[in-house]
Amino acid sequence: MRKLSQGERHRVTFTLNGKPVSGWAEPRMLLTDFIRQELGETGTHVGCEHGVCGACTVRLDGEAVRACLCLAVQAEGRAVDTVEGLAEHGAPLSALQAAFRKHHALQCGYCTPGILMSLSDLFERTPHPDEEQLRDVIGGHLCRCTGYAGIMAAAREVAGISQDKGTE
Amino acid sequence: MKPVNFDYYRPDTVDEAVDLLAEHGEEARVIAGGQSLMALLNLRLAEPRALIDIAHLAELSYCRDTDAYMEIGAAVTQAQLLAQPGLADAVPLLAQALPHVGHFQTRNRGTVCGSLAHGDPSSELPLCLATLEGEVVLRSKRGERVLKASEFQTGLLATAREPDELVVAARYPLKSPGAGYAFTEVARRHGDFAIVSLAAVAENGALRLGVGGVADRPAARTWQIAPSDADDALNEFAWALGGEDDIHATARYRRDIVRKLGRKVLEEAAACAS
Repeated sequence: MRKLSQGERHRVTFTLNGKPVSGWAEPRMLLTDFIRQELGETGTHVGCEHGVCGACTVRLDGEAVRACLCLAVQAEGRAVDTVEGLAEHGAPLSALQAAFRKHHALQCGYCTPGILMSLSDLFERTPHPDEEQLRDVIGGHLCRCTGYAGIMAAAREVAGISQDKGTE
Repeated sequence: MKPVNFDYYRPDTVDEAVDLLAEHGEEARVIAGGQSLMALLNLRLAEPRALIDIAHLAELSYCRDTDAYMEIGAAVTQAQLLAQPGLADAVPLLAQALPHVGHFQTRNRGTVCGSLAHGDPSSELPLCLATLEGEVVLRSKRGERVLKASEFQTGLLATAREPDELVVAARYPLKSPGAGYAFTEVARRHGDFAIVSLAAVAENGALRLGVGGVADRPAARTWQIAPSDADDALNEFAWALGGEDDIHATARYRRDIVRKLGRKVLEEAAACAS
């Protein structure tokens, strides 16, 4: 059994976007804060901090999850993927990111990293999801700028769904 | 906000987890998926001294069928259950209700037993357990006990779990031959907490309706009538649930949903029955 005492910082090591990383965290530190403040990767955004808005969504062992509803110490030894891992610095954008750019699927961009991580999980599990599956996944995110139309258009393009079939 | 300070324990076995609960009692909280508890911690609505993480326990990561029920271990996530082959044949109500549980992103971590232990009155999984008359298995150093759904959930976010007990499994009764099942709910957006959720079973001329989101816990009734004759019974049930006005909906609106969608979901269940 492992006990991590309160008020003390414990070493946490995991794989971030394919590379081993480590930092120090008290037991109560959220994975969001660990990624941003300890590891310095600020692409993962902090929104509501109670699991509703989806801005902090990352992939934990490949699955899209809320990083604000996960403790840093719970990620020990696991694989965490964030928006920084979707495309190498200076390399072309991923197909999903390029579709977001093409369809103006972001305005302020606060919700975008979370939505990209959720959709990247969906597309790896299901390369050709239907409209309902796209809506189910995007329904787990709040975007207060776009009205979702551009986001759905980008997701449809990657899914290979005709834009005509989509209904708003 | 951020959680209060707590000691974090990662037991290697269920026995160790139960020992920790015996030691810390009411000052401990058990975390599995954390999709309800982490929000409570972040909002400081829960301020435990000890957090006991059971998510990684292989002993609790199983789904197995007996001839009567599907037993789901406490580490099984909602997404894992939804992906379980044959779920729609084994427990059709669960297959219908699970897509309404939270979001894709929260089902990836949230557990079935965690939802039961949290005891939100509008949650789908406690409603299914109450409607199907399932059971919850609890373990402590004192031994194991099995509670019926109606004995387990005692109110709003309240259960009969003693402070030293761990929810180790849930038992959802398997589909009865010839029975029909249906589920629906009303929420502002898909994945939000339901304003009213409804689960129906039609079997041998009997109709059973479970309703969540109105009373302080899921409630279910059984009648020996056809859906077309159920309006008076539904009206009486709607009033008996004693819903209250809140920021999401009025009590009157909730009663109306029980009457209208109650009839519809009973008809759907009856249409699936043979």
